[in-house]
Amino acid sequence: MLINLVVSRLAFTLSIVALVARAAFAQAGPAVLPSQFAFAGSWAPIGTEDVQNDSVPVDYLGLALTEEARTRALSYDESQKSMVERQCQGWGAAYMVLGPFGLRISSQSDPATNRIVSYTIDAWEDWMTMPIWMDGRPRPSEHALHTQAGFTTGRWEGGALVARTTHLKAGFIRKTGVPLSDQATIDWRFFRHGDVLTVLMMARDPVYLVEPEIISKGFRLSKNPLDYRDECVPGYEGREPGDGVPHFAPEQNPFLDEFITLYNLPREAVLGYRDTLYPEYRKKIKGTYVPPPPCTADCGVAGNFVRRRGPTP
Amino acid sequence: MKRSFVETAVLTLVVAALGAPTSVRAQRPSDSARGTQASASPSARDATPIDLTGYWVSYVTENWRYRMVTPAKGEYRRIPSSAAALPIIKSWDPSADERAGNQCKSYGAGAIMSVPGRLHITWQDANTLRIDTDAGMQTRLLRFTARASSSGARPTWQGESTARWEGVAPPDRGGSLSVVTSNMRAGYLRKNGVPYSERATVSEHFDIAALPDGGQLLLVTTTVEDPVYLNAPYVVSPHFKKEPDGSKWDPTPCSSTW
Repeated sequence: MLINLVVSRLAFTLSIVALVARAAFAQAGPAVLPSQFAFAGSWAPIGTEDVQNDSVPVDYLGLALTEEARTRALSYDESQKSMVERQCQGWGAAYMVLGPFGLRISSQSDPATNRIVSYTIDAWEDWMTMPIWMDGRPRPSEHALHTQAGFTTGRWEGGALVARTTHLKAGFIRKTGVPLSDQATIDWRFFRHGDVLTVLMMARDPVYLVEPEIISKGFRLSKNPLDYRDECVPGYEGREPGDGVPHFAPEQNPFLDEFITLYNLPREAVLGYRDTLYPEYRKKIKGTYVPPPPCTADCGVAGNFVRRRGPTP
Repeated sequence: MKRSFVETAVLTLVVAALGAPTSVRAQRPSDSARGTQASASPSARDATPIDLTGYWVSYVTENWRYRMVTPAKGEYRRIPSSAAALPIIKSWDPSADERAGNQCKSYGAGAIMSVPGRLHITWQDANTLRIDTDAGMQTRLLRFTARASSSGARPTWQGESTARWEGVAPPDRGGSLSVVTSNMRAGYLRKNGVPYSERATVSEHFDIAALPDGGQLLLVTTTVEDPVYLNAPYVVSPHFKKEPDGSKWDPTPCSSTW
């Protein structure tokens, strides 16, 4: 009886010691993750990171542009979007991380094998439906149709979804008119950590980008399904058929200095020069940069668009 | 219900066998060869699913205006600051910070990964990953093993970080590093005095991606939560390009004014 009691106590003590030891050492070994995560669902944008700045007409901060890209961007007039034939043109694949919308993602399976053939990211009002083909199908000929969404294939790698988009129609990598050519390629990584999905975009363009444009954006799993399927319906916005395409002579763009003067920003940074993306540049401008005056309006989280301080040109 | 002696003994052995560290069951020769504390367990360094070591440089393509230059006083756009934070934001005085010896306030763990600069990541020991920054000359220690309770320890700019690998199951390879940091001194999320408090917690995931033109990219998805100065989690994801060596390493002390 006594032995039984002693052994029971000993057993209990040993068990506790074993569990404590395991907990203490558990940190060192990796937690095992599934090689794939649940990608389908509704993902709401988090929006605490600024990926497209303030949508000021001439704002190419954070881009490494070629001279040709800079010239084309400076010639762009956003009034082009008022033309009936361009109102519903939409934006290219890159707008997934540049736009303000969430992602509604579904999966499509082969009924015979139950294997996932594709994921589909649903359209928003100015962004096309984007399928990600997971079935290993070959990429179409380079002469195949190029679209705003392009052609995307994907695979699972190291617990992340890895995808590549080609066959993009010539479009924009920023809504303010910074161009992206039809030779561009976009590499994607989708990482999921808990309820946060981080979408990493790496865009290459031999025509308009000196270095890849890399943007990452966070989304949070939404309990409520997103419904962003408003169709774009063109309407009269003051431009008659046959009117010319609004544009500027690049060197005469009236908005050239707007962003620069608004925040006292260096011209070469606003115009998208490569050196401005690295820490050395911060040291270079240390002696010349003058902070802007204190913010007095639209200073907080909701202020997505700047309030212009002076008269618009 | 009474348990027999044999039942109890068997239960003890089973629980002990299942609950003991894996190292007790399978000791790795490399551990003893290194002479590390991990003689009884595979170390974090041995268990690494991704290699984060080396030199990394910030590639500032996002939040440029909030990172590369000091934004206007009073601006906190895209940060869900609480009402309690507003007086601090409006009264930000970098010279006063400098005089008070708080020039590292915008280099704390809540913001340091967004400060443009270089990282040097090394293993301090088999279970501690070390991140040095040249901007602000800060050091972060990411500990993979549980430490004795430090609830009484003084808060520091970089706080205390607990790390954990998250690796995918074989035959796939890869994974992520998960880090949770607390016990930080109150600091700034941005150079212009947008605050986080000593009660803030920083959760990070370090992921690696291959760059399309060669090389590697380090992505740090960062969530700052603060019951005092934030109404909602503040999420950013700064990224870094890997560099071949430390030839561009340029230690620069903290500055409140720049």
